[in-house]
Amino acid sequence: MPQNEYMERHAKQHGKRFDYEERKRKRIAREQHKGSENAQNFRGLRAKLYQQKRRKEKIQMKKTIRAHEERNVKSSEAAEPSSTPLPQYLLDRSSEKNAKALSSAIKQKRNEKAARFSVPLPKVKGISEEEMFSVVKTGKKTQKKGWKRVVTKPTFVGPDFTRRPVKYERFIRPMGLRYKKANVTHTELAVTVQLPIISVKKNPQNPMYTQLGVLTRGTIIEVNVSDLGLVTAGGKVVWGRYAQITNNPENDGCINALLL
Amino acid sequence: MATVPPPPSKRQKTAAAALAQTQADVTEDMPEGAIRVRFVDQATGEAGSLPVISIALANATTKNLELLLNELQERGDDRIPYRFFYTSGGPPYDGGGEALGDRSDLYNALVKPGKISAESEVTLQYAPQAVFRVQAVSRCAAAISGHGENILTAQFSPANSQRLATGAGDNTARIFDCETGTPVHTLKGHTSWVLAVAWSPEGNILATGSMDNTVRLWDPSSGQALGTALKGHTKWVNSLSWEPYHLQATGRPRVASSSKDSTVRIWDVVGRKIDFALTGHKDSVTCVKWGGTGLIYTTSHDKTVKVWEASTQTLKFTLTGHAHWINHMALSSEFALRTGYHDHTGKVPGNEVEKVAKAKERFEKAVTVGGEIVERLATASDDTTVFLWSPLTSRKPIARLTGHQKQVNHVTFSPDGFYVASAGFDNHVKLWSARDGKFLFSLRGHVASVYQCCFSADSRLLVSASKDTTLKAWDVRTGKLKQDLPGHKDEVYAVDWSPDGEKVGSGGRDKQVRIWRN
Repeated sequence: MPQNEYMERHAKQHGKRFDYEERKRKRIAREQHKGSENAQNFRGLRAKLYQQKRRKEKIQMKKTIRAHEERNVKSSEAAEPSSTPLPQYLLDRSSEKNAKALSSAIKQKRNEKAARFSVPLPKVKGISEEEMFSVVKTGKKTQKKGWKRVVTKPTFVGPDFTRRPVKYERFIRPMGLRYKKANVTHTELAVTVQLPIISVKKNPQNPMYTQLGVLTRGTIIEVNVSDLGLVTAGGKVVWGRYAQITNNPENDGCINALLL
Repeated sequence: MATVPPPPSKRQKTAAAALAQTQADVTEDMPEGAIRVRFVDQATGEAGSLPVISIALANATTKNLELLLNELQERGDDRIPYRFFYTSGGPPYDGGGEALGDRSDLYNALVKPGKISAESEVTLQYAPQAVFRVQAVSRCAAAISGHGENILTAQFSPANSQRLATGAGDNTARIFDCETGTPVHTLKGHTSWVLAVAWSPEGNILATGSMDNTVRLWDPSSGQALGTALKGHTKWVNSLSWEPYHLQATGRPRVASSSKDSTVRIWDVVGRKIDFALTGHKDSVTCVKWGGTGLIYTTSHDKTVKVWEASTQTLKFTLTGHAHWINHMALSSEFALRTGYHDHTGKVPGNEVEKVAKAKERFEKAVTVGGEIVERLATASDDTTVFLWSPLTSRKPIARLTGHQKQVNHVTFSPDGFYVASAGFDNHVKLWSARDGKFLFSLRGHVASVYQCCFSADSRLLVSASKDTTLKAWDVRTGKLKQDLPGHKDEVYAVDWSPDGEKVGSGGRDKQVRIWRN
């Protein structure tokens, strides 16, 4: 493998060949012929790899062409300002795209008593402590004690968390499995927004997991919805709302949740 | 463990209660002595023939000052309520100042806080108030469903608070009976959203402007359409304004409509045709107002205000100054023009001549300042400022009202012409003195854009409608929140205070019309 930019360095020190530009132009001009020759004559794995590369290039090319075509199109009809009726003073303004749109629908749903305590995932499969924790065996002292655990599932750790002294630390929540944001969806709005997690409200597996902030399927989390601009009936800004995790975060590497 | 003293015995408790009772009615003692008061008219800044009067401090309540001033002006029985203002500086008195509360007195308001000494002479500016009083709305009297889509505009009938007309995104306008909280008529005919509704000053015709480029006229008592659609505009209709009642040719009212197609058309209501069109704007005409002196004012997205002469149908002049779209405009005479000959007493003059005379008198009373007719104009713009104009006297603005931090969406004059309120996308409503544009108060409380605001008929209260789903009623004198009115489930797009002050009507994105009362 080349170390450093030795070719550039050489060109800087000694300059380029006098016919460099001319040769480059000719090479580019012949590229098509070269490509066609390769496509026809490659055999075996090389051919396979070449076709793969070529296919990707073509997809990109078509995408760019389509984008250019779209730019050239002039729509004759006046753009419909908005699908929802707006008063005269909001008509010519660029409408802010946020999920606020149908917030009243959510509010109405919450008013229904039955809906108040129902969650999208009422039951989840249990997770045993053996699966949740792995025993820490490293270090001389720890080996003897045998009560130190690593949480093997994704966790939420609050911003103000500081580790306890290593001697007393019973649970380790690995940095790589900590999450701060969740992709929160509202089904009726068909809107998904990435929102910061505020806290873990309830882990259905075990109250201890709630305390540890373990994020598993079915966990109720509180998310910060202030970006959505939701407002209560009293006119106060809503900023925390509950959501339930619907995927297995340890499998997917992300957290998907439904707004309750 | 700490020692807890035993609870007081019954005898001790009764003794304490008796002591509290006897002490409760100790009054605050007023100091003896008198204060010399000079009364100055706030509009002119001059005392006129009024003498400097010495008043005992014990008697110097606002109520007594008001009686005294009425006495000095020899008004006899038809007394006018006054509001008194105090400013620390000497003349000239530049409007505003600290207003004395209605139940306040000079000692508690000024002498005790050390603003004046009892020995010095105090100059109080006085401003006449409406003789009737509107009570702040405090509860939702009715939430009326009916509209199938967002409610975009609402206006009360000029006669009283019985009828409210709303325009909505379901292509209909509706008329509601506010006494019973029921829908009365559904005005079907438009093929797209109804963006503007306007009652004629007489209250017998309702005009609606729509997204389908047409204006339609309706009979509000029967709910029948008056003829077919008035076609002419090539884009949607932004606003409507009726010809003032005292300028109308008898039986031939006209209505002006401004449109996105950058024209304003004046419609002959009886002939159902275009009387004339005003072309000259280069962009969407956002607002049109027909002034009481026969001028038509229009504001546009092309950053100009144009003033047209209705009689000659020509452009009189153009007011420039704004740096961005002009969104809305208010006239100082707007309330008087909207209500025509209807006043707070509810008495309607007998014949046509008297009606016109009364409408004219009401208009002149609203705009006369220092003996001459001064119709002022406030324009709200996207450049975050409000301009105050006096187009009859000068083509330069009186004042440029700066302070909003985002676009100003709505501006309105108080019915007595003393205040201007502007509502902006920066969540604030700001109150300004309409005479010189001095900043008075910032009404903070909304947590999202304020879309519209409306003064009560006595100019003492203001109600504002916001994106944060609430209405809020404000006290104009103190600039404080008077009443928070939650209830709507989504953004409130339109609000109107009935001309008689009884009710507030509002509508918005939750498709419900709400009627509020005290």
